[in-house]
Amino acid sequence: MRLFCAGRECNDTLKELSERERSRDRHKSRSKESSRSEKSVTINAPPAEPLLGDQSVRGEEVQDDNWGETTTAVTGTSEHSLSQEDIVRISKSLDDSVGLDCKHYLNVALSVILGLVVFLTPLAFLILPHLLWADRLTACGTACEGLFISVAFKLLILLLAVWALFFRPPRAGLPRIFVFRALLATLVLLFVLSYWLFYGVRILDSQDEDYQGIVQYAVSLVDALLFIHYLAIVLLELRQLQPFFSLCVTRSTDGATQHYNLGQLSIQRAAVVILENYYKDFPVHNPAMLTASKSRAAKHLAGLKVYNVDGPGGNNAAAGIAQSQSRAMIFFFLRPGKRILWTPPQPSDPSASPGSISPHTLLCSSFSLVLPWSSLPPILLQPVKPELVSISVLIYTEHERRVRKRRARLVVAVEEAFAHIRHMQEEEQKKAPGDVMDPREAAQAIFPSMARALQKYLRTTRQQHLHSMESIQQHLAFCITNNMTPKAFLESYLTTGPTLQYGKDRWLARQWTLISEASVTSGLKDGAVFLLKCIDFSLVVTTKKIPYIQLAEEFIDPKSHKFVLRLQSETSV
Amino acid sequence: MSFMPGQPVSTVVQRIEIHKLRDGDNLILGFSIGGGIDQDPSQNLFSEDKTDKGIYVTRVSKGGPAEVAGLRMGDRIMQVNGWDMTMVTHDQARKKLTKKNEDVVRLLVTRKTLEDAVRQSMMQH
Repeated sequence: MRLFCAGRECNDTLKELSERERSRDRHKSRSKESSRSEKSVTINAPPAEPLLGDQSVRGEEVQDDNWGETTTAVTGTSEHSLSQEDIVRISKSLDDSVGLDCKHYLNVALSVILGLVVFLTPLAFLILPHLLWADRLTACGTACEGLFISVAFKLLILLLAVWALFFRPPRAGLPRIFVFRALLATLVLLFVLSYWLFYGVRILDSQDEDYQGIVQYAVSLVDALLFIHYLAIVLLELRQLQPFFSLCVTRSTDGATQHYNLGQLSIQRAAVVILENYYKDFPVHNPAMLTASKSRAAKHLAGLKVYNVDGPGGNNAAAGIAQSQSRAMIFFFLRPGKRILWTPPQPSDPSASPGSISPHTLLCSSFSLVLPWSSLPPILLQPVKPELVSISVLIYTEHERRVRKRRARLVVAVEEAFAHIRHMQEEEQKKAPGDVMDPREAAQAIFPSMARALQKYLRTTRQQHLHSMESIQQHLAFCITNNMTPKAFLESYLTTGPTLQYGKDRWLARQWTLISEASVTSGLKDGAVFLLKCIDFSLVVTTKKIPYIQLAEEFIDPKSHKFVLRLQSETSV
Repeated sequence: MSFMPGQPVSTVVQRIEIHKLRDGDNLILGFSIGGGIDQDPSQNLFSEDKTDKGIYVTRVSKGGPAEVAGLRMGDRIMQVNGWDMTMVTHDQARKKLTKKNEDVVRLLVTRKTLEDAVRQSMMQH
């Protein structure tokens, strides 16, 4: 797995890799790639090991004996390296389309062959007698020729219907065969074979002379094929339209839940429907939100001073963990106007070190964070003193306040920026040609004034990896072209949209695995549970039957809508 | 005081004589009535049986002629000056009580405690 490369070949290799990612040809195997590129570097070691120790260079590369001095170590934080996410993405895109296409092409080939056989059979039935014993055939009268027209049109209708129902681009690749389609194909095959058998024995062998009978036989075949097509519609399309089960889909990472009503489907088909709806209903999976609290706490600690208040002896809770740092660190969280009561150590307390700062000095400072120790996220901590119980609440409220502040600044900046742009009307030809801009240029002109506020907001809400600068400018140009208000422009950044809204490379959800105890071709049942696993998360699906509804009727006579006035008056005498 | 439709009502009654007080142009008795056959009996606070449509005393003003005469809140008025009050509308009851040419009204009222007192005294014998 290529994690980083060293030396002068670094830039070239990375450029090659990124080009390959963008190229459409996905069927190259990985070994072909590495043998073709002369400058590829493969690192076997896990990322934690030092770079210079484990290099292995493949191909016709000349081994540079001085590589120990001339190579530059490029770690994962360098701007030219690929992150782990990119590696995963590349590998996923490579093995994405290999292997499944064979099955699909096989299916297509089989169905085309079957279709051709079925379509040409009636024509063969009609033509063969003319070819084989034309002289002895009775002449085709009017009724017989009328049947020709009927055969022709029914075949045309059958062709269109089969094209409409079966020759559509596939929605998904299923793990097992599609049972109903297989059944139908078998049925059609058996049917046509039996017709051929009858034709071969009773007509070809005996060389029947009644041509009208043969034509009627061919018409009956086409009629029966149309009925089989009707059966196909009912089985494949109509049967699952009536809702029968209600499926509850929950995402395992953040608990987002949706409910869908489906008919009687097999588990794999239900999984396809759920996944199609997943891309539009569920907010995009954001792994940054899950580790938000940890990084928030770490961020707070980074810029604060440490005061040793209780001394090295400390209180009993801090004593257990202060191994990584020799002192227990205590911070105070304050907002202007709010104070937390803190009992200072008693003067007779021997653990109070002489160098400790008085707590009143701490109380006067602003914005420190209360933590018994620094190595764990604050939500998991046991409170040291009763006043520290609401630590997590304080952290979250402070974060919410910051989000609100950034959002307000962003809205103001965007509104001001949009005020500079105006849609040029057709009549306003007075402007000099130099002032007129197309949407792209207009977007680039006003983008810098709001870029900073937008970036800060995205960083606070941990969405910065979902939107690239390019995509933001494109969206801005789109909004300007379609005369949208600033609020419409901001909508896609203020709320987390569904997965489809973002570019394909940000989805983190392409390859799905169906995990089920029951066979995936068996139908849904009440209480069935199955999993749809992606690399980063999984969707848990539970099935419930929609209850049988018994409706009763109550007839209300329209004349019964009469009312009385009920009084209770009190009169003083 | 249970009411059986079609049957005569029999209760223990107390005779109360109220002398009306002249207040300017009006003669006031000093209490308020509620109930009547045109009223909603379920909203009556003082009746035992919530289908009872009789005339009840809902308020007695302090120190007024009614209180002096011994009328209590919650009493049911059975007769006013000989006029029956068990099957009258609210307005008819008011009219019978506020006749301008009468200075004195003689009421027959009943309450639960009367019957208990009578029964107790009978049991003592």
